[in-house]
Amino acid sequence: MKGKWLDETFRAFAFFSTLIGILVLCLLLADVLKDGLPRLSWKFITSFPSRRAEEAGILPALVGSAMLLVLTALFAFPVGVAAGIYLEEYAPDNPFTRFIELNIANLAGVPSIIYGLLGLEIFVRAMRGITGGRSILSGALTMALLVLPVIIVSSREAIRAVPKSIREAGYALGATKWQVVRDQVLPVAMPGILTGTILALSRAIGESAPLITIGALTFIAFLPPLSLKALQSPFTVLPIQIFNWVSRPQEAFQANAAAAIIVLLLLLLSMNAAAIYLRNRFQQRLE
Amino acid sequence: MFRNQTLPPVDPLPEAYEPIVKIRNLSVWYGERQILGDINLDIPRNRITAIMGPSGCGKSTLIRCLNRMNDLIPGARIEGQVLFNDQNIYAPEVDVTELRRRIGMVFQKPNPFPKSIYENVAWGLRIRGFKGNLDEVVERALMQAALWDEVKDKLHTSALNLSGGQQQRLCIARALAVDPEVLLLDEPASALDPIATLKIEELLREISENYTIVIVTHNIQQAARISHYTAFIMWDENRIGRLVEWGPTRDIFTNPKNKCTEDYITGRFG
Amino acid sequence: MPRELLDSEIERLQNEVLSLGEMVERSILEAVQSLKTRDFEASRRIISQDGAINEKRFSIENDTLVLIATQQPMASDLRLLASILEIISELERIADYAKGIAKINLLIGEKPLIKPLIDIPRMAQKAADMLHRALEAFVRKDVETARAIPKEDDEMDALYDQVYRELMTYVIANPANIEQANYLLWAAHNLERTADRVTNICERVIFTVTGEMRELDVSEDIRERWARQAGEKP
Repeated sequence: MKGKWLDETFRAFAFFSTLIGILVLCLLLADVLKDGLPRLSWKFITSFPSRRAEEAGILPALVGSAMLLVLTALFAFPVGVAAGIYLEEYAPDNPFTRFIELNIANLAGVPSIIYGLLGLEIFVRAMRGITGGRSILSGALTMALLVLPVIIVSSREAIRAVPKSIREAGYALGATKWQVVRDQVLPVAMPGILTGTILALSRAIGESAPLITIGALTFIAFLPPLSLKALQSPFTVLPIQIFNWVSRPQEAFQANAAAAIIVLLLLLLSMNAAAIYLRNRFQQRLE
Repeated sequence: MFRNQTLPPVDPLPEAYEPIVKIRNLSVWYGERQILGDINLDIPRNRITAIMGPSGCGKSTLIRCLNRMNDLIPGARIEGQVLFNDQNIYAPEVDVTELRRRIGMVFQKPNPFPKSIYENVAWGLRIRGFKGNLDEVVERALMQAALWDEVKDKLHTSALNLSGGQQQRLCIARALAVDPEVLLLDEPASALDPIATLKIEELLREISENYTIVIVTHNIQQAARISHYTAFIMWDENRIGRLVEWGPTRDIFTNPKNKCTEDYITGRFG
Repeated sequence: MPRELLDSEIERLQNEVLSLGEMVERSILEAVQSLKTRDFEASRRIISQDGAINEKRFSIENDTLVLIATQQPMASDLRLLASILEIISELERIADYAKGIAKINLLIGEKPLIKPLIDIPRMAQKAADMLHRALEAFVRKDVETARAIPKEDDEMDALYDQVYRELMTYVIANPANIEQANYLLWAAHNLERTADRVTNICERVIFTVTGEMRELDVSEDIRERWARQAGEKP
């Protein structure tokens, strides 16, 4: 009897704990929506920042975020997947490999500001000639470093989840390791890899600390040119724009910040949705 | 009592056989543990050889030595020789991928690629840059595996929608498509129902005219039903797998020479 | 679904049984023929042919055992294979009877027969005919024929009685005939036993098809009949 009572109590406790998380989130969301929704308009999205709050928009920040996202993916995805393939399929089981594995796992837990400092030193200063200093390229390379461990770990997991029997079938037909990985393992693992990559990128898109460290601007009244020069141009991103607006005293800028947060949230949600969709497809294919 | 009679063979079993694979003094270790000890066995060409024995006696390990699938297992080590057409397959100059094309393998659980039926069969040829008529080869392989009629209208649908028995026949078709000389089957029917099992057995019997087949099975009746030759493997007191007896299936199942074989096939083992 | 290997092996074994049956049938007819024509050469050939029959019987038996051991036949397949084992042993026994008749020819030697043989060849004809039809019924799984054949055994018994009485009259007429009469009676007895063995084969046919295991022996044992006849005629 007593056991049952205890059980019920714990159940209630766990339930309310769950509620707390959701409640806080809902409150936050309601607050943001209340402030931001009236401000949200097509004009808000397509305008440049301005000193007058009601004329200010997020266009450069949105474009910057999008470019940063694409560039980061371009750098981090091939390297991360290749590293995942190497560690899962090729690396011999020795202390050196285990050392690398341990380090990658640890890197995933390093605070993002540390990556910012690393990016400042390497990409902004040492590689100024290539990156153009405080440019979108430096930002993307820094972000790529930030998400790389996550992509490697999730790639490895996705590759490991491919049944051993499929590899055996490939080898038994006289395929080389590369043929088996390319034609059989990767296609099956790809949705899993993509899921991990998207989740990692959606973390990157919300980051501001490392970008502030490497010196992303807060006020940009132009779009990057439609050429390779764009890579070396200064940039800003949504989180930094939001950060900037929030720190202003005027009420109107607070509304701007809330509206920008809604845009950022929508972006994140759609990316998560894509990840979930891919994961479901992955599961169906294995059945 | 049968042995003393000089009888004409029932089955077209020639007294003299032509070995395509010769296993000589083969021992296998996984890490520190010895799995097989000093195996000597011939695999006659264009015949079905069954390798039977209790679970864990090393029979799967043995056939995995024949196409070097054991190379994939970390810590696996072999001693002795496996001669395929009189060439040692463990010699350094041997191209393992070519060896595995010529000695195909079908596994215990059907393992089709998560692709279309057509792609499953065609892939082994694609990776070799096959230049001929792919459709033709796919059709022929599926015919040989007695699957064509069931799948000819849905070649481009997922192989995973097939039943277990169909999947296993697809795996056989996939292996046959690259035109091997030897087909190794590791308990190919253990995950199938009796009807699907009989179907696979009939199929093996049919293709044995053109291929050499080695089938591992812990199912004594299955070994008896389909094979021309039977090898019996059993662990010794150190739990190392040893070849106890080998010979024409009709002799093994009516008059085994070894007491241990007799106990095993009469169900008095252990 | 067919089981090709098992089915084709069973068919082959049935054909082997038929061909063994033919050999045996021929042995009976030829043995009696050799006795009738006093052809010692033919008798010797029949005796030596018995080895071939035995060998074939062992070969069928071995193959049947191999089939049982390797193919796990069940139900009707199993009954059929078990029946083959039984039938071939009956056939071999019948072949021994034929060999016995051939030996009698040699034992009688150069002496002329005490009487021309009429009923004994008729018995041989009848026995061979019954055997032939019984084996055909086996292959065709023809239960009706298998049930009908044993009823013809009475005819064999009647013929045997006739031969017996006839030979007795020769013995009574001249006791010196007793040895040859005894031999000839032995030959007739072998033929009578052949028909009994055919009855056993018919029982196996019925068992194969229906699974029924029953004695079909409608005629009484010969000694019983003698005892009865002796009782009737004091």
